[in-house]
Amino acid sequence: MNFLDYAPAPESAAILNLRDEYGLFINGEFVPGNGESFTTISPATEKHIATVSCANEQDVDTAVVAARRAYEKTWSRMSGADRGKYLFRIARLVQERARELAVAESLDNGKPIKESRDVDIPLVAAWFFYYAGWADKLEYAGMGPNPRSLGVAAQVIPWNFPLLMLAWKIAPALAAGNTVVLKPAETTPLTALLFAEILQQADLPAGVVNIVTGAGSTGSALVNHPDVNKVAFTGSTAVGRQIARSTAGTSKKLTLELGGKGANIVFDDAPIDQAVEGIVNGIFFNQGQVCCAGSRLLVQESIHDDVVERLKARLSTLRVGDPLDKNTDVGAINSASQLGRMHELSNVGEQEGAERWSPACNLPSEGFWFPPTIFTNVSTSHRIARDEIFGPVLSVLTFRTPAEAIAKANNTPYGLSAGIWTDKGSRILAVADKLKAGVVWANTFNKFDPASPFGGYRESGYGREGGKQGLHAYLAPTVPSRSALNGANR
Amino acid sequence: MSRLAVPKTYKLYVGGKFIRSESGRVYEVATTKGSFSVSSVNAAKASRKDARDAVVAARGAVSGWSGTTSYNRGQVLYRIAEILDGRRAQFAEEIAAFEGVSLSTATAQVDEAIDLWVWYAGWADKYVQVAGNGNAVSGPFFNLSVPEPTGVVAVIAPQAAGVPGSLLGFVRAVAPILVSGNTVVVIPSERAPLAALSLGEVFATSDVPAGVVNILSGSPAEIAPWLAAHADVNALDLLGAGELDWVDLQIAAADTLKRVLPPEQAPDAGAASLDRITFFTETKTVWHTKGLL
Repeated sequence: MNFLDYAPAPESAAILNLRDEYGLFINGEFVPGNGESFTTISPATEKHIATVSCANEQDVDTAVVAARRAYEKTWSRMSGADRGKYLFRIARLVQERARELAVAESLDNGKPIKESRDVDIPLVAAWFFYYAGWADKLEYAGMGPNPRSLGVAAQVIPWNFPLLMLAWKIAPALAAGNTVVLKPAETTPLTALLFAEILQQADLPAGVVNIVTGAGSTGSALVNHPDVNKVAFTGSTAVGRQIARSTAGTSKKLTLELGGKGANIVFDDAPIDQAVEGIVNGIFFNQGQVCCAGSRLLVQESIHDDVVERLKARLSTLRVGDPLDKNTDVGAINSASQLGRMHELSNVGEQEGAERWSPACNLPSEGFWFPPTIFTNVSTSHRIARDEIFGPVLSVLTFRTPAEAIAKANNTPYGLSAGIWTDKGSRILAVADKLKAGVVWANTFNKFDPASPFGGYRESGYGREGGKQGLHAYLAPTVPSRSALNGANR
Repeated sequence: MSRLAVPKTYKLYVGGKFIRSESGRVYEVATTKGSFSVSSVNAAKASRKDARDAVVAARGAVSGWSGTTSYNRGQVLYRIAEILDGRRAQFAEEIAAFEGVSLSTATAQVDEAIDLWVWYAGWADKYVQVAGNGNAVSGPFFNLSVPEPTGVVAVIAPQAAGVPGSLLGFVRAVAPILVSGNTVVVIPSERAPLAALSLGEVFATSDVPAGVVNILSGSPAEIAPWLAAHADVNALDLLGAGELDWVDLQIAAADTLKRVLPPEQAPDAGAASLDRITFFTETKTVWHTKGLL
């Protein structure tokens, strides 16, 4: 160990008070599921954390019935002010139990504790706090007077930001007056189940939020249940397509937040050291398992060599390892299947002629790990420039003119995020105008806020989460208001 | 002896040109009532290839139309109202003869269509202010959300004659989509396509750039599936698709995750609404870093 190395500084898991087994959270209580229970493991060690119930079709139905009853009897009749108070309570309870939630999240997901502690969990609390305030102000949301809630919302969320995605879904749904049945991802159910305990602490009326754990078949039973009025899904574009097909012709309101292949564009006048930090944050944040990751670096040809050299130097200082260690920059990959996809696509990248580079790093022998990786000499037709890898793998492409940068950035069926690095304000505005992306970060990357709408163009899905727009996903205008608003003779 | 009339050949309107279907097909549209110069006309019957050509024309027109200033787009939409107003009598006559309604009912439909263009024209430089917003985020950022046009929209205009009628139904569907800078490929009423085809002449003389509006008369059941599945179409307005197998169209649209607006069948189907503008937009949020002073 030389003097620049860090001694281990793991966050203690003793703060957790986990049960051995978790049931489904239906109608305010934990109940055993009728499906086959499964275990959730720590991806960093492959060690068992807890056994979790699996909801079959019958359990999903029970949950939807509970949500419907809570909607009819309690939640839709409650004043907005009181709904807001429950959400404020939840926000405070999340803040109070923030460290416990952060440790659980890192344990179950594999993400570094500095991210779960400083990004995920604070944003969870912020999301509930933000939407709490909307609950009694819906007539100001821009949908005309007396916007209506939709009813029961079916929500299916991914494993990359387990509790944060739960907050993105549940907070606006409840603020708008809907009740919820939510399915967490199969590999990361833990924090959703701890969240259920928080709901009990908050005395949220039974059935307003129901959490059903399980795999794809549970999710499918949920979104296809005939008595849900709203479907919200975050996950892969392939599953999003299936859901769009299966809800076609129904009155279910659908919002989808799907994949991406974000372009991070660096112009030659950019502050290079800042840009390098932004590139690293863009693709190595959460091990690159981020739908809006800046997975394509578009760097102006004249500064390519300089940027790549500084990027490699920076990558060499990233610490890969124990997610619970406070000094860890890059944690574990969430699952073996995800790791397999990273290996497969990276191998294709090499076969197609791109140049692969990773810093020297000792990966632990247990668990799922992938080193930070850069591909240079990538062309737009390479699969690593087209397919979402969803891992710590950066594809570097070059451009000469702003027009070429824009054309390359938009050369993808996705349209979720993009980054622009330049010192010139007028260029930022001009380039941002032309990018087909729902979120554009100028001289920053991967920033999230409950007040800021998030969501994609094209095959990255539709609808927005966050802000006033995020509320619209859970509301319908009161019908007669439309003609009244617009002049009865039209 | 009365003068022998010179009837018009009703053609498709694609890429700013009036063209016959590449398939060479036409179908007969007969008058149902009243006096018209002839008892029936042959409207062009668009094919799958015409639909694809129309998408190419519409895609080519997106950057120009969405790149005009909002003020300019508003003026062009207003000019449509002006030109249509000057041809009220012609449109009323066509509608009365081919929809089987009285001349006064037909005239009322034309007038409502004109007024609707005026209403939507006024939105062009305002919808961004109403649907967009600045966001107070927790950090040193200037954060702004603005709606932008989604791109190429395929439209099945209301099909039934009478209420709201072939012209008004067409305008209710198309006008709000154009406001933000989208371009359209429209299948008008199959039974009463003439008012829509004549409206093409209005577009052609109203400074609407070529390719912004493309009109394909013919069978929606035949053409719509190709548009619903087309990878270069961003959104699908099924306003008038109630009598088609529209669920299949929505399923086909899911392959490319098109935004889909379902059919409406009440007499006020597609009534004037800001929602019809914003549905065909995408909210873009830009985070601008604020420097330290």
